[in-house]
Amino acid sequence: MTDFSKDNAPLLEVDRLSVDYSLKAVSARAIENVSFGLRAGEAVALVGESGSGKTTTAMAIAGLLSANALVSGGEVRYRGERLPIDDDAAMRPHRWSETSVVFQGAMNALNPVHRIIKQIAEPCRLKLRMSRGEATARARELLELVGIPADRGTAYPHELSGGMRQRVMIAMALACRPSIVIGDEPTTALDVITQAQILKLLGDLRSRLNLALILITHDLSVVAEACDRVMIMYSGRIVEDGTVGEIFAKPKHPYTKLLIDSIPNPAKGKRMIRPIPGDPPNLVSRPSGCAFHPRCPSAMAVCTTEVPSLDPLGCGRVACHLHQSLTQEDKIAAHA
Amino acid sequence: MPDTGDILRLENLEVHFPIQGGLFDRVLGRPAGVVRAVDGIDLTIGHGEIVALVGESGSGKTTVGRVITKLAQPTAGRLLFEGADMTSVRGLSALRPYRHHVQMIFQDAYQALNSRHTVFDIVAEPLRSLRLVENDAQLTERVSEALAAAGLNPPGDFFARFPHELSGGQRQRVVIAGALAVRPELIVADEPVSMLDVSIRAQILQVLVDLRDKHNMALLFITHDLPLAWLIADRIAVLYLGKLVEIGSADEITFNPRHPYTVALRDATPQIHTDADRSKLPALQGEVPSAARVPKGCRFHPRCPLAFDRCRQDEPPAIEVGPQHLSACWLAN
Repeated sequence: MTDFSKDNAPLLEVDRLSVDYSLKAVSARAIENVSFGLRAGEAVALVGESGSGKTTTAMAIAGLLSANALVSGGEVRYRGERLPIDDDAAMRPHRWSETSVVFQGAMNALNPVHRIIKQIAEPCRLKLRMSRGEATARARELLELVGIPADRGTAYPHELSGGMRQRVMIAMALACRPSIVIGDEPTTALDVITQAQILKLLGDLRSRLNLALILITHDLSVVAEACDRVMIMYSGRIVEDGTVGEIFAKPKHPYTKLLIDSIPNPAKGKRMIRPIPGDPPNLVSRPSGCAFHPRCPSAMAVCTTEVPSLDPLGCGRVACHLHQSLTQEDKIAAHA
Repeated sequence: MPDTGDILRLENLEVHFPIQGGLFDRVLGRPAGVVRAVDGIDLTIGHGEIVALVGESGSGKTTVGRVITKLAQPTAGRLLFEGADMTSVRGLSALRPYRHHVQMIFQDAYQALNSRHTVFDIVAEPLRSLRLVENDAQLTERVSEALAAAGLNPPGDFFARFPHELSGGQRQRVVIAGALAVRPELIVADEPVSMLDVSIRAQILQVLVDLRDKHNMALLFITHDLPLAWLIADRIAVLYLGKLVEIGSADEITFNPRHPYTVALRDATPQIHTDADRSKLPALQGEVPSAARVPKGCRFHPRCPLAFDRCRQDEPPAIEVGPQHLSACWLAN
């Protein structure tokens, strides 16, 4: 009873996290009450459109929020201990050593005037206090790990293709043996064939190094290939959370259903996909109640006034009034 | 040729860019190389037809679009519009009638719009410069019509707005409205939805399909996404390193691909429902070679899992493998 099984305790717990951005005159809430757990070796995806808060959630976990961001509620715990996510200096020992990030634009994230081997060796020297020789040896090892011949380490970033650069980014993220890697749209700028190669690499590394992976993406089909669990975000909240199989086979939230329907799927026959009406809301003037209600085909009266809570359903969670016990008036209103 | 049904015809089109050699090469008299961006393609687009041009980055798909819209000059081959040879027509005034008929939609709606112009001015610009309207009332009418056709309703609400006040989807609609304003017969759309959120994509695709259905407009849809091509197009042409490797109806290319590259593209596309018949071929290794060093023989052979001796020697011609379905592969024989 007292001996809590280590395998079951989440590695990372995000607990009712809210983050606000202060803009010129206004304050915009980017994420609200985001809660989830991540186990060692687990791969979860945060899926959402621009402005859904997926990147803010991930950057908060890595302690990389921008200067105008404020953690207005909740906390993040790593191995049971609270992380100082709003204190850049205090996060430093944790970042890269425990949680590292593969950024989206591998073109911009690499230093153009240094050879890649030096860039990969740098975190080893700074964080792991390795000597130059040790760090270079480690960098060569890392290059081989991500499928680049170690001799290519003398290349400059501009001499590499997009896929190779993304591999270098992954090698850098793995340099200090983290247990969590956050991938911020790691394959978005890549061609399909390269994308498939990078997804396969991430999957292989995950099982070899028992990495936990948080994949941020707007593309649900990428998730199906790479993750165990997926959380759908809309306008700063998690609206649905479930296993990949469950979400694709039986989506519960209307937004998830529409997202899945908007992926062209030749296997399902012809043809034109059903558009989701309207535009994603902006963060400053978020709709009342459920933020999705103005675009939702099954919106009811209650959706315009009350924010649905993220409640357990089956093996996942969903935040939708359709799946909460309805009052009699709401049912009547829904049919009216 | 009696094919009067074609609005556009590319015959053996080539675009080669010279590589400027360094001083050292010039002193030694080494010949400068060429980048064979487009290396001899034949393609037709019928009236009211939607053709998707699919390829990875570096395949030359954007260059083809730029040749059709006369933003790039081919080094060989012909470009025929309604039977008239447009290959060597150059200059602003000579091209004015052509620009009236052929318009382009660019990928990045954030960069394609002038941030200091209002939506009205952006959409009115081609009408003014092509001198298609006589007075302001006519101009307002045409701009309203274009905005409405692109799904920005009511159009009057958008006249005075600036691009930064619009969402990404609305911006892409303004780009489309700008192309539509002149009532073109052919639109070249270069990755028009790849920058947009998934939930917005379907709306934009619907606008493009409606234009075809209502105005019999032809569309060349350039994309790297095979399922998306299948969704919108009548025919799909697959481009690899400057050459068409396969062309056929959208269903044929999607469900019965005959070129190993098309099969590889299909297999690499992540899917939400895993089909039993996928991954018959091993996944492709490596990347598209540089167009400055096109491999000998079939240009796909260094990456092709099925390559044999002949592929390394001779370039395969496009062979009919089904009705209206061509594949440039020795295995197709």
